[in-house]
Amino acid sequence: MTSRSLSDKDKPIGVIGAGNFGSVIANLLALRRKVLLYARDKNVVAHILAKKENRGYKMHDGITPTHDLSMIAEQCDVIFPIVPSAHFRSMMKELSPHLHPYHLLIHGTKGFDVILPKGETIESIAELNRSMVKTMSEVIKEESVVARVGCLAGPNLARELAEGHPAATVIASHFDEVITAGKRLLRNDHFQVYGNNDLVGVELAGVLKNVIAIAAGALSGMGYGENAKGLLISRGMVEMVYLGRALGGNTKAFLGIAGIGDLATTCNSYLSRNFNVGYRLAQGENLNDITASMDEIAEGVNTVQIAKKCADYYKVRAPITLALYQVLFEDLTVKKALEYLMRYPLNVDIDFLAE
Amino acid sequence: MEVVEKKNKNKQYKPILDGIPDWPVYQLSKNRKEFIEEVAQRAFAQIKKNRPTTKQVIDEIQATVYREQQRMKRNRWRVDPADEPKFWGTIKNEIVVLSTKTPEESQAKADELLYRIVYRYANEIAGNFKASSYRVTREIVKFWFARLLNGARVKKFGAFFRNRYSLRDKIHIVGKVGQLRKLAKEGTVVMVPTHFSNLDSILIGWIIHSLGLPAFIYGAGLNLFNIKIFAYFMNSLGAYKVDRRKKNVPYLETLKFYSMLAVQKGAHSIFFPGGTRSRSGKLEEQLKLGLLSSTIEAQRNLYLETPPDQPVRKIFIVPVTLNYHFVLEAPDLIDDYLSSKGQDRYLPEQDKYGSWQLLQFLFKFFTKGSNISVSIGPGLDVIGNYVDEDGNSLDAHQRIINTRDYFVSGGSVTIDRQREDEYTRMLSHRIVTEYHRINRVFASHLVAFVAFELWQKKHPNLDLFGLLRLPEDDQELQYEEFRAACKRVRKQIYKLKEESKIYHATHLKGKIDLVIRHGLDNVGIFHLKRPLLMSKEGNIITKDFSTLYYYHNRLAGYDLEKFV
Repeated sequence: MTSRSLSDKDKPIGVIGAGNFGSVIANLLALRRKVLLYARDKNVVAHILAKKENRGYKMHDGITPTHDLSMIAEQCDVIFPIVPSAHFRSMMKELSPHLHPYHLLIHGTKGFDVILPKGETIESIAELNRSMVKTMSEVIKEESVVARVGCLAGPNLARELAEGHPAATVIASHFDEVITAGKRLLRNDHFQVYGNNDLVGVELAGVLKNVIAIAAGALSGMGYGENAKGLLISRGMVEMVYLGRALGGNTKAFLGIAGIGDLATTCNSYLSRNFNVGYRLAQGENLNDITASMDEIAEGVNTVQIAKKCADYYKVRAPITLALYQVLFEDLTVKKALEYLMRYPLNVDIDFLAE
Repeated sequence: MEVVEKKNKNKQYKPILDGIPDWPVYQLSKNRKEFIEEVAQRAFAQIKKNRPTTKQVIDEIQATVYREQQRMKRNRWRVDPADEPKFWGTIKNEIVVLSTKTPEESQAKADELLYRIVYRYANEIAGNFKASSYRVTREIVKFWFARLLNGARVKKFGAFFRNRYSLRDKIHIVGKVGQLRKLAKEGTVVMVPTHFSNLDSILIGWIIHSLGLPAFIYGAGLNLFNIKIFAYFMNSLGAYKVDRRKKNVPYLETLKFYSMLAVQKGAHSIFFPGGTRSRSGKLEEQLKLGLLSSTIEAQRNLYLETPPDQPVRKIFIVPVTLNYHFVLEAPDLIDDYLSSKGQDRYLPEQDKYGSWQLLQFLFKFFTKGSNISVSIGPGLDVIGNYVDEDGNSLDAHQRIINTRDYFVSGGSVTIDRQREDEYTRMLSHRIVTEYHRINRVFASHLVAFVAFELWQKKHPNLDLFGLLRLPEDDQELQYEEFRAACKRVRKQIYKLKEESKIYHATHLKGKIDLVIRHGLDNVGIFHLKRPLLMSKEGNIITKDFSTLYYYHNRLAGYDLEKFV
């Protein structure tokens, strides 16, 4: 990207989804460029317009909220879709007719998309494999003509980013152009941006870490200390690598910001929704009550279900995921699950790196 | 008995352009000198760009000279020009003198040497299309093929001079013929066929003619020019020469610019994207990205360089599969494949087949019942999107999209090699998928696949090599078992066809016994050792496991194994 013409600078950047993370990213982008922020809910648009505020974040003056997806596609060349994975595909279907091959899409959603045969649900289906489970970049490519796709992942707790604490993120894409564009738009004095070419690997790392985050919350909720957490993070890491490889990522992505970086953060933070789910489970609350009381979806719950069934299909050893699955959906208590894990007969430390 | 192929549309196609002087390839050959100069200049500029210092240029020339002299010492061919040793000798002497001088003094001379080398290469590569010789070749081929066919098939006195059969009866062309003809008028067509046999280039040449299309240019292995009869045909059909012995940078750059500029100037082209003939008999899975990327580059240049008041010529990729019952070189190809598997051995480019063997083969081919079919795939743009009849690119929802947008960044067309590398991978993936979809299954593929898989199943403990080492005489498949497996696999092929993941010949339908018979009669029909036969007891036997494996591979990659 050598030429930076004026017209290029004048085009606003699009953000789709005015949740916690979407709002914060919009604010970061607004430091550089004008931003169009899409919200599905008309009231949210009106609220942002009137109060310059959303979900407790002060919204930058350069941000224009809108309810019109086509306007985003028409006015912006670079768009950041940040909506929950459950709504991602339907959002893409709506956006797709307005997109062109010159668009760049960098998503920030850490979840899977699942397409099931008719009549099946994620609970009922016996076998789940990669032909039914898609990452968000794959959804974008399936639903639209956009080729230049990237993703944003890493330890990015929205609250801390909003307060300007030092942090880093990784932008993954097969296209250097996308990484460069993302860096140019997001980087500032306390926000570092790294690049990675393993798009699917980084997406998987971001998605799978949510499973371990719930487990970490559960440990905390049981009142266990730092030794236990160290154990969980390192073993969880191994599990992520194995699952990730079975689903088409490379080991390396898991050792980077989106993998170990994000894992360490979420496993230690009460700000993380996934962590919170685990914490409250261990305190004896049940899953339905927990999800009902949260303002945003905890992606991890869905991911546990998908990861467990994929682990079965690809015959990957994933004891933490399995135990968590039983806690969430089969009424196993956290205490029992822990006992099971501590007795698990696998004791090779690291076996996923080539000598 | 012969299972008759459904009469396909054996109509003659009218030429889409009236006279040869209108053909892009003719235009190219008319301006041959200017074209070669442009190729040389572009290749020269590209090499200089990647090697900015004079020292690097000199190193490159030295490496090239060394490799060329090694090649001349070890592996000289009949087609190699006589003045080669002298040319490289002179370059060597001149470069030696340079090494004693400072970079400033030697720069002009080094550049001159480099240009001399790429200019020579461009000349070597360039084809020699001549309208008169094209017409002569076309008539010779048509005349003799007709004589062969009729003489052999119509058993009557004087049959030799009848015209009851034409080549169209032996070679079935199916698929998107109409679209191909339209696209060749709208823009530049780059045909990308699968590559199984040396016969492919000639076959494709004939098909292009019989579809009423102007001659396409294509890169043919220089080794083929060793065979005189081939050399004559190919020179007249617009072939340019690709010498796979030369792996040095100046040569590869020149070759790349030759094919790219030809496409950019509107010459319809044929690329065999698999690189060489499929050694294993499988449909291509890995494509050579270099040729494909030059197509993408040509399209980008057209968007970049066409004046704004003129329409931009679009490039269309058309995948084609060639389907044979019999591949002449099969036993050698599979030997190559097997001995290279596991260890990366250098494969020498050699051909055991001279003009005589080829004539013999052609005679057999035309006199016996072995047909060839050619599937023309749907047109794609250089990114791999389908195009409609008018050449518009379509997205998955049939919406028209502008291919130019793929090269746009910040509002204008830009050059970004890394981006185009990624597009090349996407295109390659797309072409491989299309190959599998338009692949036309013959009865012979079916029986070879089923028989080999059955034997594999009977020896679960043997790996591929163990299986191939089994003594052929002891192996026999019960007909009933074989028949049942053929039925199951055929059913699955039908199902895949419904999902448009594969095609099959019309002769695959009907009574399974007849289909099996047709397959057995045709699979590898002219090999000395037949890959599959029926024994006197009516069971299935083989004389050669390796070639059976080769023909079996045609159906690899469809997950049909579990139905055997």
